[in-house]
Amino acid sequence: MASVSERLSVGGARREVVETAAFHRAVFVWIAALLLVAPFVLYPVFLMKVLCFALFACAFNLLLGYGGLLSFGHAAYFGIASYVCAHAAKVWGLTPEVAILAGTATGGALGLVFGWLAIKRQGIYFAMITLALAQMVFFFSLQAKFTGGEDGIQAVPRGRLLGIVSIADDRVLYYIVAGIFLFGLLAIYRMIHSPFGQVLKAIRDNEPRAISLGYRANHYKLMVFVLSATLAGLAGATKAIVFQLASLTDVHWSMSGEVVLMTLVGGMGTVFGPIVGAAVIVTMQNYLAHLGAWVTVVQGAIFVVCVLLFREGIIGVLARKLRKPL
Amino acid sequence: MFELLGIPPQALFGQLLLGLINGSFYAILSLGLAIIFGLLNIINFTHGAQYMMGAFVAWMLLNYAGVGYWWALLLAPLVVGAFGVVIERLLISRLYRLDHLYGLLLTFGLALIIQGLFRNQYGVSGLPYGIPPELTGGHNLGFMFLPNYRGWVVVASLVVCLATWFVIEKTKLGAYLRAATENPTLVQAFGINVPRLVTLTYGFGVALAALAGVLAAPIYSVNPNMGADIIIVVFAVVVIGGMGSILGSIVTGFGLGLVEGLTKVFYPEAASTVIFVIMVLVLLVKPAGLFGRNA
Repeated sequence: MASVSERLSVGGARREVVETAAFHRAVFVWIAALLLVAPFVLYPVFLMKVLCFALFACAFNLLLGYGGLLSFGHAAYFGIASYVCAHAAKVWGLTPEVAILAGTATGGALGLVFGWLAIKRQGIYFAMITLALAQMVFFFSLQAKFTGGEDGIQAVPRGRLLGIVSIADDRVLYYIVAGIFLFGLLAIYRMIHSPFGQVLKAIRDNEPRAISLGYRANHYKLMVFVLSATLAGLAGATKAIVFQLASLTDVHWSMSGEVVLMTLVGGMGTVFGPIVGAAVIVTMQNYLAHLGAWVTVVQGAIFVVCVLLFREGIIGVLARKLRKPL
Repeated sequence: MFELLGIPPQALFGQLLLGLINGSFYAILSLGLAIIFGLLNIINFTHGAQYMMGAFVAWMLLNYAGVGYWWALLLAPLVVGAFGVVIERLLISRLYRLDHLYGLLLTFGLALIIQGLFRNQYGVSGLPYGIPPELTGGHNLGFMFLPNYRGWVVVASLVVCLATWFVIEKTKLGAYLRAATENPTLVQAFGINVPRLVTLTYGFGVALAALAGVLAAPIYSVNPNMGADIIIVVFAVVVIGGMGSILGSIVTGFGLGLVEGLTKVFYPEAASTVIFVIMVLVLLVKPAGLFGRNA
């Protein structure tokens, strides 16, 4: 009897996994379809901004939601990648895809160094260390020659993709950005559903236990930190090409705060939440832009409300209602 | 007079004094952060905003009510501390059962709100706040000119820090506080009202930040962004010192202020990053912090 019911429950669990995977595939198809149609309905530059921030937030969520590590300095990887990409495209005259790769790699390399330092401490100290390290990058960007100080790097050429296709047209560039975004999202999805992702979640939920089972927790933490920083770099580098600009805003601590907010609003630890969160926050910024410092006040208020009353986030609530992991 | 590596002594000692002053703000602020963290287990991201509020309340008292510096030194911490008590009761107290990351996010949100409101009302250019007449002028010490107000800030900060240390380490109230930090449930079982102790501790930590704000007002202009700039440095100071020891916080704060001042003289380009670099070095050599206990 016991073995039958056991087998039944294992079968049930497997069916659930298969069903969830099918459901997620359907969601991905919907996202791809939406991405395809969106530029005919909405302004492409706005969409590209949303996609860059959505990728940034997804990368951040990989670290926070699945690694359980709150980095308060993710603007460092986003911003430095943006600077390096802009510099590579403008001064070195590299093609956009190589410039983006250069920026992404720089973000990842910085993530390797900072992550290695930050995982020496845990919890609240981890957050403070990442914030302080990011502030160091901010001051570096303020003073270094190649970043252009207060002006940033302006008029970055979009150039020709692979040296052939011109991406000056917003709609052409949009589809490339959508492709980059989808690639990033699929990569993250793959990571969190791999054995690596399972170990990561085990460490998040109970680190001493994972260590006692023989997993080297710090290796996993560093790896997810680097992956997160790399993808944040990809987002920042892409943004530099889209807006043809890399500036101090991208490395400022308020940018680190914004990405936390996007993730919180959308739903921490959900696959699709950060995308929704990014869309909500970017839209809000667009509508409230003329209100100046009130944007900060509204963002702060959203933080407070989310933390007190709405910790699951939009997609978190939706997932609970649908009884499906999203 | 003597010359030191080509640096005129006036410039050297001037910067050292400024470093000592910054150091005293680091010390007071990190002290408040450490006390709050000890009992509430949250990192008070609003600390910078509350420091800024201290300076603004002093400015408002002077410009709207004609209340001068000395009363502001007493009133501003009380006002801001009371504001902190309200925040703790209404908002922060709802989070004690949750992961401490939520406390950080909540207080970050509060800091954004407060800074945004002050920016809307007063702009970002900064408002002047005069040195109190009793402390204008200065003394010539032979090797340097010591403005009276700056000397006063260093002495006052030291007194405040040592008084805090005395209260926490040597009085009965401090003993309750330390006991509640170690084991709140047990302390509550002995009949001590721990929630009230927690609220008052938060209020006290916030009042310390406001006091630093009032002290800073005549030196730096009163600016809505003054707190955001300093709080990240204070976080680095806290990482370097560790939050385990009160005297450790004080020593680290003053010491790092001096190092920053020295850097301004010998290698000004690195002045804004030197504390972060020291943080990196400390993480490499002694990850728990100079005075920290391994948690």
